[in-house]
Order: sequence, then structure tokens, then C-alpha cells
Amino acid sequence: MQKLTLGKILANGFLGLCMAYMVVPLIIMGGAGFNNSRFPSVYPWRGFTERWFEDLWNDQRMLDAGINTFFLALAVVAMAVPIGTAAALLLNSLQSRMRPLLFGILIAPILTPGVVVGISTLLFWNEFNIPAGLHLSALGQVSYIATYVMLLVLARLQSFDRGLEEAALDLGASHGQVMRRIVLPHLYPAIVLGAVLAFFQSVENYNITLFTRGNAQTLTVYIGSMVRTGFTPEINALGLLFILITIAGVVYVEIRRRRNVRRELTLEALAAIEERRDLQGMAP
Amino acid sequence: MKDVARRYGFAATVVMVALTAFWVLVLIILPYLFLVDASFRPSLPADQVGGPNDHYTLQNYLTLLNPNATKEFLFLSIPIHLFVFAQTVAISCLVTVITLALAYPLAYILAKVVNPRTVATLFLILLIPLWISELLRSFAWYIILAYQGPLNALLGLFGISPIRWISGYNGVIIGLIYTYFLFMLFPIYGSLTTLDSNQIEAAEDMGARWWQIHRRVVIPHAKPGIASGCVMVFMMCAGALFVPRLLASPSSRWFTEVIMQWFFEGLDWNTGSAYAFMLLLVCTVFVSLMIRLFKVNLTDIAR
Amino acid sequence: MSEGVQLSGVSVNFGNFRAVNNVSVSIKSGEFFSFLGPSGCGKTTILRAVSGFISPSAGSVRIGGQDMAGIGPNRRPTALIFQNLALFPLMSVWENIAFGLEVRGAPRAARRARAEELLRLVDLPGAGDKAIAQLSGGQKQRVAIARALAVEPKVMLLDEPLSALDLKLRQHMRAELRAIQKRTDITFIYITHDQGEALAMSDRIGVMSQGRLQQVDTPQRIYENPANGFVASFVGENNVFNGTLDDIQAGVGTFTTDDGEVLRAMVGSGVKEYADAKLYVRPERVTLNPVSEKAREGANVVAVKVASIAFEGNFINIHASDKRGRRHIVQVPNDASVWIPPVGTDARLEFTPDQATILTENLPARAGEDDVGVRQGQSYRVEVAQ
Repeated sequence: MQKLTLGKILANGFLGLCMAYMVVPLIIMGGAGFNNSRFPSVYPWRGFTERWFEDLWNDQRMLDAGINTFFLALAVVAMAVPIGTAAALLLNSLQSRMRPLLFGILIAPILTPGVVVGISTLLFWNEFNIPAGLHLSALGQVSYIATYVMLLVLARLQSFDRGLEEAALDLGASHGQVMRRIVLPHLYPAIVLGAVLAFFQSVENYNITLFTRGNAQTLTVYIGSMVRTGFTPEINALGLLFILITIAGVVYVEIRRRRNVRRELTLEALAAIEERRDLQGMAP
Repeated sequence: MKDVARRYGFAATVVMVALTAFWVLVLIILPYLFLVDASFRPSLPADQVGGPNDHYTLQNYLTLLNPNATKEFLFLSIPIHLFVFAQTVAISCLVTVITLALAYPLAYILAKVVNPRTVATLFLILLIPLWISELLRSFAWYIILAYQGPLNALLGLFGISPIRWISGYNGVIIGLIYTYFLFMLFPIYGSLTTLDSNQIEAAEDMGARWWQIHRRVVIPHAKPGIASGCVMVFMMCAGALFVPRLLASPSSRWFTEVIMQWFFEGLDWNTGSAYAFMLLLVCTVFVSLMIRLFKVNLTDIAR
Repeated sequence: MSEGVQLSGVSVNFGNFRAVNNVSVSIKSGEFFSFLGPSGCGKTTILRAVSGFISPSAGSVRIGGQDMAGIGPNRRPTALIFQNLALFPLMSVWENIAFGLEVRGAPRAARRARAEELLRLVDLPGAGDKAIAQLSGGQKQRVAIARALAVEPKVMLLDEPLSALDLKLRQHMRAELRAIQKRTDITFIYITHDQGEALAMSDRIGVMSQGRLQQVDTPQRIYENPANGFVASFVGENNVFNGTLDDIQAGVGTFTTDDGEVLRAMVGSGVKEYADAKLYVRPERVTLNPVSEKAREGANVVAVKVASIAFEGNFINIHASDKRGRRHIVQVPNDASVWIPPVGTDARLEFTPDQATILTENLPARAGEDDVGVRQGQSYRVEVAQ
């Protein structure tokens, strides 16, 4: 029985306020998607409607922007995941004094404002007469998203027993087979997480995309442009869709995590039983 | 490099080095160098680039100090762009401090007070705002802060007359705090989870008061997380573009908006580059300041 | 088929640190050979040089007469069992065992069949589809052995594979390892810091210290005829007397202890007259007798007082201190016929000269001379017996 102190009450109250602070704005934003009002709002409530979802569905520009965003994100994943993973493996086995320097360079992009990344990407490729467009957005986004992938893979590599690589080599595996059968399978969870993170980061990116996109539209740029033309509750409908997709993703990840934990506990229990049986079997 | 080849074989090493080199050179270092280069060159029509007028100059940076457009502040008359720059930095610092003040106690409660099972669920809920675009996060406050919006309606129930929230930088500050709050919370929480609770109990046992425990035990342990959170939040605030566009009154501009103006309205990429470089510089200074102040290293900040 | 392993003049440097210093030894085909030494003595480094993870700074490693220089670990006819076993956690038991065959391109059905065969050999039939995490420590050990056997190595290298197990299981696995080695007739090179393990399993043992091989011999001779003080004190227990060797006659030395007592014992190789030396005698080779009884003819005698008695189960250790206060141990069987004096009793420590050895603290082994010291030791032991 824990005693209920004033500190505990205050702490729980603060916790509740913070959670509400994080969640309520999202509920309001999503809720406004159902309000039968020309402007995005929840107050005054003018009645329930689904028309903003219909509008969203029929909005050809939004649809095009969505398709662009999707393919841009796929391209970013396709580049950022191998680059980030390769750099992590390289950094992890480098022993020279180059290591801290290289690490510093590779994390610089996440400490740089997106505006700067976008502009420098634009200037660099412009020098070679490559015009702005989604291909530049992809390159600009990769420059910092690969850092996230790298950090995830590096963290996973911390738990890797190098002895496994040596054991595989000793059993006759080639370096390529060690990579395919031992190293990459171990990194797999980090790589998948990195890919998902890269996809979401790309979808929500605004600053880099704005400077590098040329005339192409993405969802964020399209939403951003409405600051001038005015918003309709269509955006709220879109926001609600995003929230639902995110919730589905979070729930899926959590179910998998719990299943893994259960599986590990089961295996541990089985191992304990075997352990006991071994000791009994040896009794003279 | 030999150790890598020995470990992964020649072919894999070549692939890894090639991918990393492409990233380092083509995506990071060269673009930065081109940005710096462009920022020191005059903006010229295409046919004059490389001609006699194309020489290094400080002109783009001096534009920041242009005395023709000034802003009266107290009894000073300050060049307008410099003023926007200073204000952007000052407000970013303010937002960083406020988020830290809110996130530290929450991180401590999550790491040390609430039981771990509840924390797992709470984190799942917190992941939702984190993974949703910052555009949508700030858009939520656009609705909440509207003059005839829900916040003023709520205050009305208590007899408080409506407040014009989106005026000056008020809306921007509120929006930035919400948008980047989690980038402060998660690193601090992360560093606090590695703090052994026995240390806190030992300090309590020796009769330390709660504020002494925080000052001498908890905060020193959370330093890497605090530094990391401050760096991320400051950088994101100073570089924010959508939040100020959405939540500031038209007369209250953000430095990134000025940069954007040079690019898309002034069509002067060189001055824009100089301004962008200033932004990069101020972030770099902030990072080194944090490293110095908290005595951490770069590895602690990127986690 | 198995192959022998020849190390000639092998040295391994890590920066300025010489981990292995000029080690030469010839391990015979089908032999169970142990490298025994304290941690940091270089034994694991030797194993890694044989398996190919490091290349020696000097000297050569030959397996079956073939020089291994430039041949990577994946192309050597060796299989290594790691200290932590290094089983692949993401593969099932049978996939682990068949991994060596998989990378050689064997078809799945053949791999599976071979894995089952090996599982029967290591007494784990039907465990093929289990996950590694659900195995007990002993079962993991067997899987690691089966995995190494699957590639049909000419030489099996074992890096303290039993150290993670608890005592009972460890003793059980010793016998099992030895049996598997006999059955498969593969050369085993075994690394351990546990003298009991080395003595119980090996055909021959190489004792190592500070990167050097101190002695190579059968377990019995290592125990009975240590080449130097290090081997004497590392393998088994000893009562030690410090002093000077005064005189050697027919391999038997006259030794004056620091207390001025004169003792006689066998002289180890390389110990010169008038040299500072130590006299070693095993606790079980010493007897404790009442002062009233007459001492045996020719036996060494040291006056002691019983200090404490430790009951160890099947034997008893009597701790006795001499007049300087130095402790000596007398080990006697737990047997009603043996005299166990109460604490405080004055008594006489006795041992015959052929049970004790005079050695210098450390005898640096030189390349190619590892066996010489032992041969000498053997020869004068024969003389005494005559």
C-alpha cells in the first residue's frame, strides 16, 4: 500500500494536466472535421456532417499531392535506410581517430534547421543545372532522415555480440553470408523501425520540401499554402485520417511488442524447467 | 578502414564506404560549402555569373544591417532584419526555457513516480502527437486560439472576456511550446530512466530536502537529456516556418520568413543564403554553448 | 580424419604488449591438448591465432603440415567453441547446427538429416525445432559442440566452454567432452584456467604464464615433476620453503631454509648450486607424526605446532605452523587410522627427499626446449628410484 502524500497528489495532477494538454488539441482538431461550419472550428457547433470527408475525397489537388507525398516518402525510405545502416555499420567498426569526426558530421543534419538543409540542397544541385523538384526534396530529406536511421541501427548494434560474426566465419561462412545471415537479421527490428520513421518523417516534412520542390505539390506544402488562401475543415478531416493511421500503427507496434515479451517469458520458463531437469538427471 | 574490411570483407566495405561517402560529401558537406560560397557572392543575372562582377563580397551580410528599414525599439532604432533575427533568437530561447520548465517535472514524474506499466501506456498515447505532422499539431492551436474559438468560450464561462491570442508573438510561443514539447520530454525522460532510484532514496535518507535532491542528484544525472532537449527545441523553434506563418499576426515576422522572402519574392538567393547561414551559425553557437554549459559531448546530444 | 597442429616460434604483439612470446609446441593428431594458465597468460590469443582471427606477429601455425598464413578463419579446418558459445539466437537449434553446411550450399533435407544425426550424438534427440533461448546451459553446450562437429573439423578449439556452467554440470560435461573426443578422434585444443579440468581431460597440458609456455607434459608429470616454481604453485597446492641450494649429489640437493633448517630434495632442471631457490612439497606427500615417535630414516623433519584443522569431507587439511609462524598444510585421508592431533599439539612434519622438489621461481622456456627440462627431471627421478 503506497501512502498518498501531497507530493503524490500534485504529481498525479500535473501528469493528468500534461496528458490532457497533449491530447485535447488533437481531439479538437479532429472533431472540427465533423462540424458543419465553413471554417475549421468546434465552437460554435453547427451540427454533425461528413461533407468535409467527401470534399477531401473529391479534392483532386489534394489527391495528387497525396500521391506525390507517398512516392516521395518511398524514395526517401529506399535511400535513407541503406545509407543510414551502412554508415552505422561503418562507424561501429571504425577504430581510428576518424570516428568522432565522422560521427559529428553525420549527426550535424539533425541539428541543422530544415530551412538551411533545403536551401543548401537547392543551391548545390542548381550549380549542376539540376532544377528543383521532388527529386531534390528526396535528397534533402535523406540527408537528415538517414541520421535517424543511423542512430537507431547504432543503438541496436550495441546489443550485438561480435562473437556471433566470428562464430559464423569460423564455421566457414563468407563475409557476405555473415552479413546476410547474422548481422542484418539482428539489425532487422531497427531497420524496420527506421524505415517506418523515415516514411513518417518524409510525409510530415515541410521546411526542406518547401525550398526544394520546384512546382510540385506535397500534402504539407499544399496545407501550408492555405495560410494565404484560407483553410476549410477538409484539413481537419485529413488530420483525423492521419491520427487514425498513427493510432493503428501504434496499436500494431504495441501488440507485436507484447507478443514478443510473452514469447520471451515463455522461453525463459521452459529453459528454467530444462535447467532443473538437467540437475536431477545428474544426481548419482 | 582495415579493421572494417577484415570484419565485413572487401565488397561490403566498399559498398558501405561508398554509401557513407555519398551521404557525407554530396548530401552534407558540399551543399553546406555551396551555401557559404553563395552567401559571399552578389546576386547577378544568369549571364553575368562568373563574369567580372562575380567576386566575393560581404554585401549580403551587410543587408542584415540595412539602415534604411529600421524598427524603433525602446530608444534605439534597429535595422528591421537584425531586429527580426534577434527577436527570433530571443523568443526561441524563451520557448526553450518554458518547455524545459514543463518537461522536466513531467519527465521526472514519468521516470520515478508513476509505475512503469502505466508509463508504457502513457507513452503510447504520447507517440500519437509525436508522429503527427507538426503542421497539424500547430493547426490544432489555430482552431483553439481563434478569437471566437473554444478557449475563449471556455474562459467566457468564468466571466473572462475574449482575448486576442493570435497577436504579436503570443500565438507563436503557445504553438511552438506545444509543437516541440515532446522533443524536450523524451531525451530528459531517457536520461532519468538510467538514474538509480536508490540514489534518490539515499539522499532522502540523509535528510536532503526535495529541492536539494533535484539540484544535487537528479539534475546532474539528467544533464545529457536536458542539453539534448534544449538543443533540439531551440533549433526547431529558430528554424520553424509554418508555426509563425500560421499563428503570428502579420506584422510579427520570424527570421525564416525573411529568408523565404528573399528566395521566393526577392529572388535573391545569395542574400537568402547569407541569412540562412546566419541561422545555421546561431544554432551552432547554441549547440556549443550547451556542450560547454552542461559539460556533455556530441554523442550525448544525439541519442 | 584429424590433423596435428604445429606452432613454431609464435609471438603475438598488441601494440607494445607481447601477449604470446615465442611459443613452440607440436600437438599430435587425435590428441586432447590443453593450454592451462591464469587469465591474461596468452592462452586465448594462441587459440585465436590457430583459428585465424589474428595473425601471429612472428612464427608460424601449421595444421596437418600446411602453413596457415594468409588463410582466413572461414577457410581453416578448425571449429571453435566460444567461451559464451555464440549460438545464433535467431535460428532454431537445428539451423544452428546446420549453419556450417548451409554456407557450404548443402540442400535443406541433407542439412536437416545431418543435424538430427548430430543431435543424437550429443544426446539431444528431437530438440531440433526448439529455440536457443529455451535450452538449459548444458543443452546449449551440447548444441555448440554439435554445431562445431557438423563442419567435420580436423581440429576442434575450445575456449573455456564450461566456465559458465555450475559445478556439478561442469564435472558432468568434462566426461562427456572427453567421450565425444574419443568417439570422433578429432584433435582437441582446450583452453582453461581450471587445473582440475585440464588434469582430468587432457592427454597433454601446456602450462602458460606471461605469454610463455612454461612446461608441456602429461597431466601426471605436470603434477609430479613441475618444471619450475610457477608450474608447481599453479597446478595443485604446495608447501613452500624459501632458502638456498648448497650442494647437489646425484640429483639430490641439500637445501638450507631461511630458518637454517637443512632439508634434502630432488633438484629441478636448471637450478644451480648456491642459488636462491624454493623447496616444494605437496600436502598429501607430507605426514604429521607425534614428537615422541622416532623419525623415519633419511626423512626431512620440520618441527611444527598444529594451528587449525579443516574438515573437507573425503579428506582433512591440518594446518600447522613452524617456529617462524609460517603455515604448512598436511592433507590426510578421512580415515580412523590416521593420527589427528588436537590444535596446539607439537608435532613433526615429515617428508622423504624424493617427494619434494627444489625449483627456481620461474624458468623462462626457450623455443624448442620445452621438453628438455622435463626429460631431465624424469631421468634423475629414475636415479633416485635405483
